[in-house]
Amino acid sequence: MTPDNSTPMMQLLAPDGTYGVPAQYAKYGEIIDSLGEDQLKTFYRDMARIRRFDIEAIALQRQGQLGLWVPAIGQEGAQIGSGYAVGPNDHIFPSYREHGVAITHGVELMSILKMMRGVNHGGWNPEETRYHLYSIVLGAQVLHAVGYAMGVKFDGRVGTGDKDSDLAVISYFGDGATAEGDVSESLLFAAVYEAPIVFFVQNNQWAISSPVEQVTKVPLYMRGSGFGVPGMRVDGNDVLACYAATKLHMDEAREGAGPYLIEALTYRIGAHTTSDDPSKYRDESEVEYWKARDPIPRFETFLRRQGIEDSFFEDVKQAGDELAADIREQTFALTTPPLENIFDFVYSESHPDIVQQRAWLKAYEESMGSHE
Amino acid sequence: MAIAKALNAGLQKAMQDDPKVLMFGEDVAQLGGVFRVTEGLHKEFGDSRVFNTPIAESGIVGTAIGLAMRGYRPVTEIQFDGFVFPAFNQITTQLAKLTSRSEGFLQMPVVIRIPYGGGIGAVEHHSESPEAYFAHTPGLRIVTPSNPNDAYWMIQEAIKSPDPVIIFEPKRRYWQKGPVNLDIAPMPLHSARLMREGTDVTLLAYGPMVTTALQAAELGAEEGISIEVIDLRSLSPIDYPTLFASANKTGRVVMVHEAPTNVSLSSEIAARITENCFYSLEAPVLRVGGFDTPYPPAKLEEAYLPDADRILEAVDRSMAY
Repeated sequence: MTPDNSTPMMQLLAPDGTYGVPAQYAKYGEIIDSLGEDQLKTFYRDMARIRRFDIEAIALQRQGQLGLWVPAIGQEGAQIGSGYAVGPNDHIFPSYREHGVAITHGVELMSILKMMRGVNHGGWNPEETRYHLYSIVLGAQVLHAVGYAMGVKFDGRVGTGDKDSDLAVISYFGDGATAEGDVSESLLFAAVYEAPIVFFVQNNQWAISSPVEQVTKVPLYMRGSGFGVPGMRVDGNDVLACYAATKLHMDEAREGAGPYLIEALTYRIGAHTTSDDPSKYRDESEVEYWKARDPIPRFETFLRRQGIEDSFFEDVKQAGDELAADIREQTFALTTPPLENIFDFVYSESHPDIVQQRAWLKAYEESMGSHE
Repeated sequence: MAIAKALNAGLQKAMQDDPKVLMFGEDVAQLGGVFRVTEGLHKEFGDSRVFNTPIAESGIVGTAIGLAMRGYRPVTEIQFDGFVFPAFNQITTQLAKLTSRSEGFLQMPVVIRIPYGGGIGAVEHHSESPEAYFAHTPGLRIVTPSNPNDAYWMIQEAIKSPDPVIIFEPKRRYWQKGPVNLDIAPMPLHSARLMREGTDVTLLAYGPMVTTALQAAELGAEEGISIEVIDLRSLSPIDYPTLFASANKTGRVVMVHEAPTNVSLSSEIAARITENCFYSLEAPVLRVGGFDTPYPPAKLEEAYLPDADRILEAVDRSMAY
């Protein structure tokens, strides 16, 4: 799909790498003005890093090392930009494609690969990372995010003016998930309870094989308005626009402005997952159109014009290759946990059926002799 | 004290004891819920702890999960049994699995209160017994009180549990009165209770059918059949040792519930008793329940629901083996 130009969209960095702030977005431009060179370099480094990781993960899946991979190629600007705008106390409720957001908050990439290899369902500590577990049932996590934000409000941690204490919540979901009832209920509850939350919709334009035109009749940034949740569309392939929009509206949510919805218009350059075949439902010309709007080369052009030298980009490329080799090695080294582990956390307190079945399994395995 | 009042008193006590306990759902605040189980709580604890929600059951349970992640102990009310299904996804794919999914990093101390069962002359979706759907799901705990004392203590223990607990409240018995001991909890949450000793047949029941089972035992005694009655109290986990001890003693088991019998709690319990008490049994485990139909219109429910006669018919069949 080519973009619908009639819908207002904040873009600070044009596809050719030209930076400019339209007058109506001046307050967002001020946020970018406050960024130092190191932060800009970090955006680039992490976009390139997660792209390289993604390519390696696809290869690992093709080689049978992962059960499934969910590529985020093309969405790095939306993910790295918004991820870095999330504050140190804020909580993040992702869907299952937000690998870029994960690395902005210290989630180990191997934790994601373990899940996709099939050795766990996502065993990182969401309290420690503030990055909650991947949610595979579309939209389910958005209600959790709203409940969490309601709790933040009940705790009196919104709008106190104490920046070290106040916090907000961000929930990620895609254009496909907006059809889920849970997303509508989330918008409603967030508005009714004035919860400190930003809904970050990555409109990557395809819900597996259904184009966004088939799942919504109005631009998605307007989806919240009937519930009382204002919104805006940003260029999701513009890392600076995504950072500025998320930063401003997370700050406002923390200060007590209530919920807000950001639609990041981006594009899923790759397949839905490694089980998908996009050639069955979309033209290569469309993909080429969006490759010309890729967030990474665009930002590279911008940085080079800012005077960032070749050596930085060479270092990033080399670091990417090293990362790829490293995760490949670590993936090969992953071990499958013993079956008895499935009993460990079904309940927090002992449950007799679990106790009995664990004992049965142990006796059964012993009766069968060693697996070696 | 009536069961509804006992639940109310238990909720009040839990909210007084722990400021993290919240109570929310449809019409639970000023109105006190359609059955008045939460009456007075809004006045005592205020808007931030007792509040009405939009009419959206998935939203109620989904936000309860988020609140639990934030350290709260949410108690939610689903207004009627038949309205739980919009929340089925959140309960089964999220609430029940998050502790396991997170490898123990997250606990889910969420309580879902559901008035259930028939006998109140209501329209469709207000009289159902959906407990088997949830008992089938690993990660949930399920309890159902049959009397005011259990109601008072079960709701408090459910709230203290670090795991999600669904409490099925026998709505047609809400106004049934009985003594409540406010000082001493009767027994652990997941224990079955021997309600009446007997020697010929074991009659298993839970929730609203316990009263009916006791009536049947009384009538049975008049006919010279000694019926032992056990109140399951907990549907997940089930207190099998208590059930097996009675089955081994009497050799005959009849189980009753309002829910349709097909793939029901009694299906599972019959299988377990058969597996564990096979050599003690004098008869197959027999079951009395609702028919395998949608719940009927109110004018038919008296005939649809198991009563003492239907139970005794099964008892007679068991005795005839």
